[in-house]
Amino acid sequence: MIALRAGWILTQRNLAHWVRQPWAPIFGLMFSIMLLLVFGFLFGGAITVPGGGDYLAFLLPGMLALSMMFGVESTATAMTNDARKGITDRFRSLPIGSSSVALGRVGADLANSAVELLVLIAGGLLIGWRITSDPGSAALAVLLLLFFRFAMLWIGIFVGLAFRGEGAAMAVQVLVWPIGFLSTAIVSVETMPGWLGAIAAWNPLSATATAARELFGNPTGITEGPLADSAVWLAVGWPVVLTAVFLPLSARAYRRLRAG
Amino acid sequence: MNLEAEGLRKKYGDVRALDGFDLAVPPGVIHGLLGPNGAGKTTAVRALATLIDVDGGVAKVAGFDVRTQAAQVRRRIGLIGQNAAVDEILGGRQNLVMFGRLYGLGKSDARTRADHLLAMFGLAEAAERAVSTYSGGMRRRLDIAAGFILTPAVLFLDEPTTGLDPRGRNEVWGAVREVADSGTTVLLTTQYLDEADNLAARISVMNHGRVVADDTPDALKRQIGGGRVTVTIAGEAPLQTEQISAAVGIPAVADAVARSLTFEIGAEVAAIARIVRALDESGLTPEDLVLRRPTLDEVFLTLTDNSREAVR
Repeated sequence: MIALRAGWILTQRNLAHWVRQPWAPIFGLMFSIMLLLVFGFLFGGAITVPGGGDYLAFLLPGMLALSMMFGVESTATAMTNDARKGITDRFRSLPIGSSSVALGRVGADLANSAVELLVLIAGGLLIGWRITSDPGSAALAVLLLLFFRFAMLWIGIFVGLAFRGEGAAMAVQVLVWPIGFLSTAIVSVETMPGWLGAIAAWNPLSATATAARELFGNPTGITEGPLADSAVWLAVGWPVVLTAVFLPLSARAYRRLRAG
Repeated sequence: MNLEAEGLRKKYGDVRALDGFDLAVPPGVIHGLLGPNGAGKTTAVRALATLIDVDGGVAKVAGFDVRTQAAQVRRRIGLIGQNAAVDEILGGRQNLVMFGRLYGLGKSDARTRADHLLAMFGLAEAAERAVSTYSGGMRRRLDIAAGFILTPAVLFLDEPTTGLDPRGRNEVWGAVREVADSGTTVLLTTQYLDEADNLAARISVMNHGRVVADDTPDALKRQIGGGRVTVTIAGEAPLQTEQISAAVGIPAVADAVARSLTFEIGAEVAAIARIVRALDESGLTPEDLVLRRPTLDEVFLTLTDNSREAVR
């Protein structure tokens, strides 16, 4: 109870940051919108979707998933900054549960990502993307995207707690690009060389992107394999696995702060 | 005792950051922890504030064991680390309300307490501004206010004035005295000797992870002796250095230009009376008499031989 309450107070703290300094999240959003426009219009004409379908309809759910993955970087950066400025230590000296610091991060980042999803969806609708399924499936797609973000959160929290200094956050910033592109988020894995496509298909990002496409009623660009058969289950399973790995690792990293 | 440590040990690799650290501080005093960089001051504070586990020894804060009763300890302490650990993006008031609620206060109680503390530490006018616009001294005072929300039994201050200008330093000193006046024990680490001399009722000098001396600032100065009396003689009469030295029993060093005689009296305060009597008998009129104690710098250098570069 104490931890939940403190987690909520720290969530409010992080949300208050956006009110005081709205430019950081606004630039984050503009960046996502820019990527959407670059791939949708600049590169889009040259890309065909295996199995047929409009590229913009294919792209948008992929961009949503990709932006959830990029969130790992803002989580790690925020954690590192708090540690560097002694704020984490301050929180650790308070009579609050040890999970509060992480809960505050989770609450604030999920709220931020929900807003980001809504803005990107609205932007997509403006440039001609359409949801062709029912509202229930569309809502499930949004939930799965947020669930993926939830798993990314724990990776970010782990990196922010376990590695001191700004180097770790920088490494995450650089690594999200190849890992993000090595997936079916922007181009279908079926257009890649066989071995590369196989790796990309196993990227958790691919599962969430494909599941979102199915649930929004958009072309998936996938005609065979596990992704074609059970993308939604994979989009549930991958985040469960990632969370099961990185949540305990984060808890351990937090406890290990006491080793000095 | 409000703060007790016995034989604390902590190793980082091969470095013994704490090597048998002892401390005993009664309630309501400012206790200085003085030492060069790397002496283990911060490690000691972090161990007492439950931030790190020690490898050995026992420590109690407000009667609770820091290892087995960390939660009780945390309800009774405030920690002010080396960086001003307040949220820079939020305003001063927002910070204090947030910390108040984290300490378990309800929303309206937290607001009342925040306003009280803002007034107490002279921050009421800057309450709504983002902390990033504060001066160093203001930031530190906000930091101290945040640690003072529940009027803790013990407040830890780790080098609170490092990097502040003299004005900011004075502001922080005022805040620390304010805290101690309300009955809170303050453990203050510092490298600045005048800071310890000004604020602390007692000082523990640390070196190589342990306390090498623990006493009042005056007693520490007496302990290494070195008291010195300089008298300036009025008029034009010869100084009669030899006769006076013989009468006092301590050789005087004469300065003909300044017309002064200097006696190294050590800890022997009674020598002052003999000096005055000897001058009187010789018909010399003292114009000025200065008793100079050794500074804490000298004490510090004597006790921590390896640390000259750390002394400013």
